[in-house]
Amino acid sequence: MKFRIEPDVRPVVTSALALSGAVGVFALAFGVLAVGAGASVWQTCALSFFAFTGASQMSAMSIVSTGGTVSAALGSGLLLAARNGVYGLALSPYFGESLGKRLLAAHFVIDETTAMMTAQTNPRLQKIAFWTTAIALFSLWNLGTLIGAVLGGSIDPHTYGLDVGFTAAYITMLVPHLRTSNGRIAAACGATLSVVLAPFLPVGLPILASGLAIFVGVRPQRAKTAA
Amino acid sequence: MNMSWTLVIWLSIGAYAFKMLGFVVVGSRKLPNVLAQCLMLIPAALLGAMVFNGTFTDAQSIAVDERAIGLLVAIIAAWRKLPLIVVVVLAAATTALLRAM
Repeated sequence: MKFRIEPDVRPVVTSALALSGAVGVFALAFGVLAVGAGASVWQTCALSFFAFTGASQMSAMSIVSTGGTVSAALGSGLLLAARNGVYGLALSPYFGESLGKRLLAAHFVIDETTAMMTAQTNPRLQKIAFWTTAIALFSLWNLGTLIGAVLGGSIDPHTYGLDVGFTAAYITMLVPHLRTSNGRIAAACGATLSVVLAPFLPVGLPILASGLAIFVGVRPQRAKTAA
Repeated sequence: MNMSWTLVIWLSIGAYAFKMLGFVVVGSRKLPNVLAQCLMLIPAALLGAMVFNGTFTDAQSIAVDERAIGLLVAIIAAWRKLPLIVVVVLAAATTALLRAM
């Protein structure tokens, strides 16, 4: 017996799997870096399973590893998670009324599932795109984290430059946000604030405070649409 | 180190709360455009901050050391569109090498 996938579904499934594979590699890096930052294997895996939002997990870990407080780490992690709320708004109309299904689907509302779902043109493909990406990505994200966390235990973070490994991961996450001028302004202002404020605030808080940069970033476009 | 379950648990609860807030609670009602725009700019601001704060500060002082070279390597590697794992390994390896010297 041959398992057949309809022709219009195939490209959706293929790109969902490719995307999840790439994210799995990212999870591997997260696992190594998180354990290097002082988290246990269990804590690292729990974050990937329950928080399931990459940039937030990373930022919380790196703030703690540089000596920031738990509140500062939590604050920046939550700020980064806030955009998932906006994705939820965007995806909400695609889902039915069932509350149970919505509560379950909500856990998988992240950058990748949003991008995959909104790229489809009909409801059937949208649903397939969301769930294929959600399941494949969630599985590989957690598998990658586990492998990375187990491997990471044998590595001394400072000697192997893992702190800069974190930074390099942020660079790759930052790139897509630099496509718009608002994104570039926000990134530049955030970067500047985070260094300039460092001597005056406890470790971790300059990163939180740099969130204020969004107000500088959002201005020009408003002016443009008004004109 | 002061990594704690408190952080793991609250981050998990908070992350889910945000996802649910947009998806279940607010539903199809529309968020003011400016607010949505602000929220979408947070990653750019915070990622930029983490890159620069992580590279150019040491505790509460401003510092330029091996990390700056590691960052430069990461930027070049990302700009050449190399895969994530290669970018991370190159940047970490450069820094490790400079620290060992």
